[in-house]
Amino acid sequence: MTAVPGDQLASADVVGRLTPQEVEAVAGSRGLAPEDLEIRLRADASSRRAVLALFAVAIGWLLVGSIFGDIASIKLHTPEFLTNHAWLTFGRVRTAHLHAVNYGWGTAALIGMSLWLMPRLVHSELKGARFAIVGAVLFTIGVAIGVVAVLAGYSDGMEWLEAPRWVAGPFLVIGGGLIGLSLFRTVISRQSEHLYVSVWYILGAFIWFPMLYVVGKWPTYNGVESAAANWFFAHNVLGFWLTAMSLGGAYYFIPKVLGRPIYSYQLSIVGFWSLAMFYSLNGMHHLVGGPLPTWMITTSIVASVFMFIPVAATAINLHMTVVGRFGAMRYSPTLRFVVIGGLAYTAVSLQGSFTALREVNRVTHFTHWTVAHSHVGGYAFVTFLAFGAMYYIVPRLLEREWPSERLIRWHFNLALGGVALYVVALSWAGVVQGLALLDPSLPFEESVRRTIPGLWGRSLAGLILTAAHFIFAYHFWLMVRRPERAVRVRPPFHDARPVLYTTRAEAGRR
Amino acid sequence: MKMSGDFMARSSLVALGAFAIMASAITILVVIPKIMLRQVQAMPELQPYTEEQLRGRQVYIQNGCLYCHSQQIRDPAFTTDVDRGWGSRPTVPEDYVYDRPHLLGTMRTGPDLINVGQRIPSEDWHLLHLYDPRALVAWSTMPAFPFLFEEKSPEEVGENDRVVPTSGPRAKEGITVVAKPDALALVAYLISLDRQYPVADSLRATDQVVVGTRGGMGDGP
Repeated sequence: MTAVPGDQLASADVVGRLTPQEVEAVAGSRGLAPEDLEIRLRADASSRRAVLALFAVAIGWLLVGSIFGDIASIKLHTPEFLTNHAWLTFGRVRTAHLHAVNYGWGTAALIGMSLWLMPRLVHSELKGARFAIVGAVLFTIGVAIGVVAVLAGYSDGMEWLEAPRWVAGPFLVIGGGLIGLSLFRTVISRQSEHLYVSVWYILGAFIWFPMLYVVGKWPTYNGVESAAANWFFAHNVLGFWLTAMSLGGAYYFIPKVLGRPIYSYQLSIVGFWSLAMFYSLNGMHHLVGGPLPTWMITTSIVASVFMFIPVAATAINLHMTVVGRFGAMRYSPTLRFVVIGGLAYTAVSLQGSFTALREVNRVTHFTHWTVAHSHVGGYAFVTFLAFGAMYYIVPRLLEREWPSERLIRWHFNLALGGVALYVVALSWAGVVQGLALLDPSLPFEESVRRTIPGLWGRSLAGLILTAAHFIFAYHFWLMVRRPERAVRVRPPFHDARPVLYTTRAEAGRR
Repeated sequence: MKMSGDFMARSSLVALGAFAIMASAITILVVIPKIMLRQVQAMPELQPYTEEQLRGRQVYIQNGCLYCHSQQIRDPAFTTDVDRGWGSRPTVPEDYVYDRPHLLGTMRTGPDLINVGQRIPSEDWHLLHLYDPRALVAWSTMPAFPFLFEEKSPEEVGENDRVVPTSGPRAKEGITVVAKPDALALVAYLISLDRQYPVADSLRATDQVVVGTRGGMGDGP
């Protein structure tokens, strides 16, 4: 058998340089037909630069966002902390955190994942990869402008939409548009007849986000209309942007790593369309009791309850695919992160439906409960998904394994422990705060005092998560910069053939 | 089953369906309300913000006050907003006609502010509270905003300087605190927040302005 050094496989024209025998040998070693190997290598090579660049940017934002998050968290229980500079005041740092982690980290990581997935899913190269790279650069500049503007005191004043419309907006719109263009061209040029579930979600995300952004940033709202537009955007940017791409990832990685088809194709159709139908009407449940027409808020509460349908469909589909194979999570960091991310999706969605009910909402509205909830979604689901995707994709782009099993373990354990503590501490704080606010015999002071222990718990959790992120960033840096230290012989978590590399053909043969 | 399979294999149809669903949701929750709410007009008691107050509103946004303070009173049948003395009636869309953008808020880390000007009309109180919240409210977790003020030695204080009345154990010796224009504007905005004028029942009873609570406001507690 001809030995082909792994690094060579990553270069764009490698397939042409190999003899047919060599291609066959490599393909055989992975349980693939030679044509399939060629398609896969070409797909990976075409998206390699854009994906690696986006992942690096995303990880940078993750670190920046974590630090802002920690500062904001500490300020809530120790208000004298860093009060002397305007740019470090709570209201600015908190918002910089939100923008850095959602538009910097989550968005860049998931766009990177999407740019890698799409060519693989449609058996094509990434078309217009240069557009995608330029788009990624512009988008990153747009996010940076938003973060700096918020810190400097320029804000459009609506939650999730603070980045100045006419300064950051054009970069975000043109940048996102170029990336979308590259993805659409890739789908159109496809070689496969079939469109896998993940393609629907990614395609959908790139149609939905521009629509939402234009609606959210429309400059002519007055009074409570702007509240409606605000929460229409802020709720849907999770469901139709971050969640959509994350679900696309979950639908890919779970079956892929396990070498097992998705449980039900029909359910995935139900899940996709019902998500679109019901999620899009949810936004007003952030304004329960507020000065808006009752029918709007009731519509959103009803739609929130109907969210049981897409959530159940997706949950059954993803979890039934894993059932009986949970043990494989020991061997694959990707599977660990993605399966737990999938469970968190189910949990956060059910929690969301429940919280929208008026009787629950009268306790939880205006409290830290909502912030805890958003971190179940934004962290335990979306961020875990992004970590899982990176653990899978980066080795395939660089053709070498992650250097350190220990670093992966530390990253995973700290991330899971940190987010668990975060959610428990802050949800508890939210409930005691809400109950204190609902008791007219208690002064407002009590609702402040009683949350303090929970807020300390959240700060501790935030520091644990930040440590996890620095470990992951260091590992990523080792992976990219130090090929000589990369372990190729012994991939993480297993001596024998890792599940990480199992292909469907191999699974069938066994 | 076959049909749905074919449908989902055509990217143009998936894209069209995705677009159509979002467009209908935008119509229902953004466009229709915008058309309906166009008729909403301010009560004569509600004055448009002055330039000074608008500047203060911008300072409020810049420093993220909205992330800890709401500006809405909800139905007393449903909440304790009225019991807490934050307002005598639930707020209605008419109360927000001059608000661009809205600052309804989603957190009550601090108390509601929609009527704070009526509750605490003292400029001195607000200035000192912004400079050093715990000088006035010992248990407060509100950040201090020292950057909205200048600390001067008494001889530096000019004739037009607005001096903040600091005293008590937390006051720094030999230092006079002077409010910067941003602090004065912010306080002008806070004091302008007062939505305590009565709202006609007929207004509340129309479909467009029924407040989002269990029975609606018309059939209140």
